[in-house]
This record gives sequence, C-alpha cells and structure tokens, in this order.
Amino acid sequence: MAPREQLKDDYSETRLIQRRLIVAAVIVLLMMSLVLGRLYVLQVVEHDHFSTLSNSNRVRIKALPPTRGLIYDRNGVVLADNLPAYRLEIIRERIDDLDATLQDLQQYVAISELAIKRFRQAAKRARPFESIPLLLNLSDDEVATLAVNLHKYKGVEINARLARHYPLGKHAVHALGYVGRIDERDLEKLDETRYAGTSHIGKLGLEKFYESDLHGEVGFQRVEVNAAGRTLRVLDERPPLAGHDLHLTIDSGLQQLAEDLFADERGSVVAIDPANGEVLALVSMPSFDPNLFVNGISIKDYGALRDSPSRPLFNRALTGQYPPGSTTKPFFGLAGLEYSVVGPKKSVYCGGYYLLPNEERRYRDWKKEGHGKMDLHDAIAQSCDVYFYDLSYAMGIDRMSEFMQQFGFGRLTGIDSTGEQSGLMPSREWKRRARGMPWFPGETLITGIGQGALLVTPLQLAVATAALAKQGDLYRPHLVKSINFAEDEMQLAIEPELTSQYQIKKKLNWDHVIKSMVSVVHGLRGTAYRIGVDAPYKIAGKTGTAQVFGIGQDEEYEEDKIAKQLRDHALFMGFAPADDPQIAVAVIVENGGSGSSTAAPIARKMMDAYLFSQGALAQEKS
Amino acid sequence: MSRVMENDSMQLSRRILDAFRLDPILILLLFLLSALGLMILFSASGSDTDLIMRQFTRLGIALLLMVAVANVSLRVLKKLSLAFYLAGVLLLVAVIGFGEIGKGAQRWLDLGFIRFQPSELMKLAMPMMLASYLSEKVLPVGWKDLFVSVLLVIVPVLLIAKQPDLGTALLVGSAGFFVLFLAGVRWKIIMILGLLVSLMAPLLWKFALHDYQRSRILTLLDPESDPLGAGYHIIQSKIAIGSGGVYGKGWLNGTQSQLDFLPERSTDFIFSVFGEEFGLFGSLLLVLLYLMIIYRGLYIAACASDNYGRLLAGALSLTFFVYLFVNTGMVAGLLPVVGVPLPLVSYGGTSMVTLMLGFGMIMTIRSSKRFLG
Repeated sequence: MAPREQLKDDYSETRLIQRRLIVAAVIVLLMMSLVLGRLYVLQVVEHDHFSTLSNSNRVRIKALPPTRGLIYDRNGVVLADNLPAYRLEIIRERIDDLDATLQDLQQYVAISELAIKRFRQAAKRARPFESIPLLLNLSDDEVATLAVNLHKYKGVEINARLARHYPLGKHAVHALGYVGRIDERDLEKLDETRYAGTSHIGKLGLEKFYESDLHGEVGFQRVEVNAAGRTLRVLDERPPLAGHDLHLTIDSGLQQLAEDLFADERGSVVAIDPANGEVLALVSMPSFDPNLFVNGISIKDYGALRDSPSRPLFNRALTGQYPPGSTTKPFFGLAGLEYSVVGPKKSVYCGGYYLLPNEERRYRDWKKEGHGKMDLHDAIAQSCDVYFYDLSYAMGIDRMSEFMQQFGFGRLTGIDSTGEQSGLMPSREWKRRARGMPWFPGETLITGIGQGALLVTPLQLAVATAALAKQGDLYRPHLVKSINFAEDEMQLAIEPELTSQYQIKKKLNWDHVIKSMVSVVHGLRGTAYRIGVDAPYKIAGKTGTAQVFGIGQDEEYEEDKIAKQLRDHALFMGFAPADDPQIAVAVIVENGGSGSSTAAPIARKMMDAYLFSQGALAQEKS
Repeated sequence: MSRVMENDSMQLSRRILDAFRLDPILILLLFLLSALGLMILFSASGSDTDLIMRQFTRLGIALLLMVAVANVSLRVLKKLSLAFYLAGVLLLVAVIGFGEIGKGAQRWLDLGFIRFQPSELMKLAMPMMLASYLSEKVLPVGWKDLFVSVLLVIVPVLLIAKQPDLGTALLVGSAGFFVLFLAGVRWKIIMILGLLVSLMAPLLWKFALHDYQRSRILTLLDPESDPLGAGYHIIQSKIAIGSGGVYGKGWLNGTQSQLDFLPERSTDFIFSVFGEEFGLFGSLLLVLLYLMIIYRGLYIAACASDNYGRLLAGALSLTFFVYLFVNTGMVAGLLPVVGVPLPLVSYGGTSMVTLMLGFGMIMTIRSSKRFLG
C-alpha cells in the first residue's frame, strides 16, 4: 500500500479525471440526443397521429335532436305540435345528502317508490354532473309549487323538453296515429346516426308513415370535454333542421262532427273528395287520447284501453273488415248492366225468397212478404234481395269478382297510413286456395247481397263510392295534402293519383244506377227516405245491413230480442251532390241495426256540414 | 454615464455573488430554470396559485440552503463525508425497521418534528463518501479500492431498492458509479461490469423486481396492452407531447394537460405538459438549459483544486443528468415508468432541496480554487 501511495501523481490524476469528464460530457450529449430524437419522432414525424388522438380525447360529438314537424288539418288547424314538458331533474354532484333531498321534495310533489328506483338506476349509469330526471310530465300546479321552493335545493331543477302534443286529444287519433318512445324494435330498423338524441318516433298511422318527413335532420355540436367527460365549451355546431310540416286533407271540423254524431256508438266513417282521393274525415269510434302514449302510457291506462270490449285502440276505418251488405247493390247493378246480364227494363218478381234450381234452401229477402215486381231501379231504391239473387246467379261469381276489384274491393287502397287491411272479394280461385273447396252457387247469391265471405273496410267502401261517383275513376286515398319544408319554405303538394280507371261501356248504365241511388234517398219508397226529406241538394246513396249473427232458416230477426253485440251492423254509402259529387261517405255503425236509421243520418249531417263549408249549398239553392 | 452605472451595478452584483461564494453562471442558469419551472407548473396545476406559492417557498428555502452549503469550506465537507454516509446507512436500516409507509413503499422516517427520507440524504452522502475515499487513493482505481467502493455503493442501493424505491436507488447507484468512472476505473472493468449486469438481468427480473415494476417495463414495450390501466400514463403522455408538434399549443392551452387527460402532470409528467404547450422548439430550449447547467458543473469539476472536488462536482453534475435523462426518457416512452422527477421543475420539495444542496457543494468546489482556466 505504501509504495503505491508514493506513486500518486497529482498531475496525471488530474488529467485522468479531466479526460473522464470529457468522455462523460460526450456521453451526456449522445444520450440527450437520443431523447431529442425521440421527441422529434413524436412531435414531428407522428405529430398528426397524436394530434388526432388528442382531439378524440377532448372532442365529443353531441347530437342536437331536430324539432318534429307539425301536423295541420286542411284549414290550418293544428293537429299535432310540440309542447314543453316539464321534468324534475337532479344533478348528483351538487347534492350533499341525496336521501334527505328526496325526502324533502315529497312535501311539494308526490314521488313514487318506482320513480325513485328508476332514478337511482339511471344515476348509477350517469356521470355525477349529468342531470337525471326524477319526475316526467309535471303538471302546471306541480311546476308552480316546485318553482317557488327549488331555490332551497342546490342541484334540483325543472327542465323543459319538447314533447309531442295532440291538441285535439282523442279526436282524429286514428287518422294521425301517435309517437312513442323509441324502443328495442325501433332501434333495429332506424339509422342511429339520424336518431342520435331523438327520443320519440312515429309508432302508428301518419306519424309512422311520414316519419322520415316529420323527423327532420339531426344537428351536431362539437364540444370540448375534460377527462371526466364534463362539457367545457362548444367548439362549433351544425343546428338541427326541423322536420317537415304536414298539411292534411282532413277537415278537423268534419272529423269532430262525425265523432260527436257517433255519441256512444261504435263504428267508423270515412269521407273522401271523389275528385282527388283526399280523405276529409277518417273516424273510428270509440277513440282514445294519443297524448297518453307519448311519454309511456301507464300499465293501468293501457290495460283499460286494451281490455275495453269496445276496442278503442282498434282502427276500424283502416283495419276493420265488415260485410258490406246491401251497399254493394249499386255496384252489382252496374255490373249487371255493363255485362248485359240485365237490362234497365228487365224485372223480377220478388215473393220474399229465391230458390236455386234443384235446391230446397230458401234465399230470403229481408222483406218477408216480398217486394213484388222489381226492376233494377226499384231493386236498388228498395234494396230488394231477390232481384240481386237472380242477377248474381245470372252473372256468376267470376264476373262479379272481376268487376268489383276495379272499384277497389279486396285490394289495398294504398292510403298513406299504416296497418291497412285489404278486405276480401271472394272468387272461385280464392276459395280453392284459401279453403281448399269448390265454389257453390249459393255463395254467389250471398255475395250478391254483400254477405258471405265478402269483406270491406270502411275506407275501401268510401273509396269505391267515390269511384262510383266519378264514373270509375279510382284515386288513391291520401291524408296528406302537402308537405312544407321548413328550411326553404317550399311546399310539396301531393298530387292526386289515379290507381285504376274503369271505362264505363255505356254512360246510360251509369246514369241509371246513380238515378236509382238518388231514389234510395229521395224516392218515396227509398230505404233512406228519411234523410232526404229536407235536403237542399241531391244525395245518391245506398243503405246496408250486415249480418253479424247467422239466423236459422225458419227464424225471424227481431232486433229487440237480440243482444246488442249480435245485432246487425248498419251501413250507408253515398255521395253528394249527386250531379256534381264533392264528398263521398261510407258509414258503419257496429250493431246499429238498420242502415237507414243509424248510419244514413250521420252521412247526411256530414254532407251538410262539408257542402255548407264549401259554399256548394249556396250555389245549389240559387 | 449610464454605461458606467451599468458597469458599476454589474460590478456590485458580481461582488455580492463573490461574497457569498456563488457561481454567477450557475446561479443565472438555475434561476432561469426555476422561473421556467414555476411557469410550466402554473399551467400544469391548472393555474393553482396556492400551489405555485408553496413551490416558490420551497424554492426559496432550497436556495437559502444552497447559499449556506456554498459557504461551507470544502475541507469541512470532505471531513463530514464519512459521517454523512454512515448516518445515511443507519437511517436506511431504521426506515426498514420503523419507517412509515406512503403509497405502498416504506421511505419516510418520522423524526417527530420533520418527516425525512434518508434515501435523499444518500443521494449526496454517496458521492461525498466515494469521492472522499478515492481522493486519498492512487488513481486510476486499483482492484482493492474498486472492491471496497462497489461494496460502499451496493449496500445503500440495495437498502433503498428494498423500500422499494427504484428511482432513488438508480440515482444513488449512478452517483456512486460516476465517482468510480471519473476516478478512472478501467474501460475493461466497466465493460465486464456491464456484461455482468446484463447477464444478471433475467435473474433480477425474476427475483428482484416487484410485480408492478415488471408490469411497468412490459407496459413500456406495449402500452396498448392495457390502455386504461398501466399503459394509461404513458399513452396520454405520448399523446400530449406528440400533439404539441413543433411549436406547441401555447402556454395554458395544452388540451391534454388542461383537461385532465394527462395524469401526474404537476409532478413526474410535467415535461409532457412542456412538450405539449411549447412543442419541440420549447423542449429543445429546456433541454439546452439543462445541458448548460450540467456542462457548467462538469467544467467546475474539471477546474477543481483537488480530486475530492473534481470527483464530487463531476458525480453531482452527472447525477443531475440522470434525473433529466430518466425523466424525459420516461415521459417520451423510451424508458419504463420510474419515479424520477424532472429536476427543479416537478412539484415537490424533497428532491429540490437535495439538488440545491448539491449545487451548493459544486459552488463550494468552484470557490475553493486556484482555477486552472
């Protein structure tokens, strides 16, 4: 050890350490270059990549739901709009003692256990700064009570959201349909981008059919959020475009009148402008309040509607299928003339029943003692069944079916709404296919008086009546007259669309049938004589009675003795004025007895109201 | 006239600095760095003035301590070396016995009036001890001295690593290594040591590292494997730096930092905030400032009056570099996440005091001269 210490050389040791310091300095520079090189890669080479990542960290896209388009009737009356619905909402992070606050709020407004449970579930999923609804649809009183007391509670607030509202309530619900909350089934079908932020969707009727027009275009807001997801500021936004407004062909006055005329009866009325297929009224009674469905109907309310024996949820106008009864007679009469099966002069003796060759069964006329000698005019005016048994037997089911289809029987009308049924126009082919059985001649007779397998919806009957009024021009019925585009104030008018056109072979044939229909209402022996007595204009119409309950061969139909639900359906179809048709109406009163006493008066009052409002009556009088 | 006055005031400040035995260049660089540090801390803390005031106070105390140390003579410092070292080792043992646990590691010793981290003391005691020991020996270091030195390094390093505090163990270990390196350990031996360490690496991996340390290393290799867990820090840090680009998003405008996406942004990850808000350009300037401090330290070491001063100043400057390298390497995703702060900038008092004490020693070394150049 000692000798080495002697070797200690200050100068060389200093040089050694200095050399090492220089080496260290170089290594320091090299290693820092490594870090700077890395920074260069991150900040220059991969800058775009990290910029994108940084933006996707901080920028969130928030959807701004559009305002749903409004619905007006043909005169500008609002049928569906959007009203603010008030909700009681709670922001968790601003509340110290949630339980105490919920307890306290009970003194101003009732909060059910269920509401609290739902609130807690939603609160679990939400971020602490988000506003979570506790109560939806506060009443005005509740809003008032809460508003004056809320200042005591931090983090409890009343917020308004636009919700669909139907000002006329239960009127016109079957024409409009309604919206409801988007559910699982809707989610499968809709474009989630377009519906980001939208909570409601058209569930039924027009609201569903015109969903794409009514909904509008979703808007977006790019917002900056922090790591906790809290929105800090709005970077930019594209405002939503409100949905298109619909102007309907419906006349809400006429619609409400019809509904009132029904009082407690069940049934349906459809009124159409024969010139273009515009639906003036589409009534199904009883009705219900669509506002119940907008924010989720309660189980109790829904149960009551669903289980009611009068079936208010059932849209009779579009989906109710009824035997048309004698309302088919003008059509079959015209068919007989057009196919030259009968002539206007040909008459049949009605003795109260009709017999097929080699058959014992009696096909009875509704008038037990018979009508006597009947030609086509009288057979329509007085609704003689025997004449039409004879006519149909001569014409045969094939030609009957072919003819009726041209007036829309057994065919979807193509109305711009949902759920429409096609009715049924029986034929030989249909029976083989559906029942696997041959056609029997007796069925031809039954079909000839609008019974048997023949079924129509009230809408179909109205459409057929309108086509008859227009000598065979059948327009697609439609509820929307025009679509208004909010963004550029453009209007798209829905053009009338001729879906089929029956070419009358001889106009005299048609004149003859219409004349008979006028006699139904205005003739002394017409079945709807009562409604024509004081009419200032001419109505062409036809009553009908549809059997609900089969009566045995030897039994009598005695209305008073039969339970109301088993009584016949009363029908009436017609148009007015007879020489210049402006309105065609089909009325069905379920279990209403005879068409002349219950159904026809409704049609008359509607025609009065509509023609008055159109100024047609004044012309007629002058 | 004004020029004369300017000269006079320069002279005056020069004389004051000299009176306090302070190096004007180093003091200027340290002030610049501290000011820059407070500025970026203001941004990183979300404009928290209370926090800035606390950091400012710490900085003031640390500077005062630096001035104090700068006025202790080098001879006294050298004589204290052994005592500091022994005290440090004893306290490290005490930590294992009675230390307080904070954040899952046993690092703190509660002396009643102050909570104290003995491993911090070791950052200074280690180079002092080794420099003092080797300055008495013939250089380059012989085998026997090398053996004793390695022993002197390994014992406290293992004690610190056991706490576990990998970052500090690394800093203390490298401080010891730098003294040895500067004392002229032969390149051959350095290579053999390096080889030995890399051979032992798999064993260290298996037996010496805690699970969280292993996962940090794995995370470095593939941060996307656990983007919301272990990888979150490093991913967000890279996004912050990368999105800063060349010129940065501007002071207080870093979205990653201001919107809370970047974790630990006031402490270990403050460099990411700098990179995001000032870009490559700013980072370059900051690194340059650091390098100037390091090179000033190395220069003072080269000019020191004796071997103790040379070895100590050199080792302290290089340890300062290790802080910088490990921290910036970590936030840039080059190195695994190790708890090493960005020196003099990261929020926190302990390392700041230690570092300033170190600079105080460097200044003592500078003033106890006969300068060579």
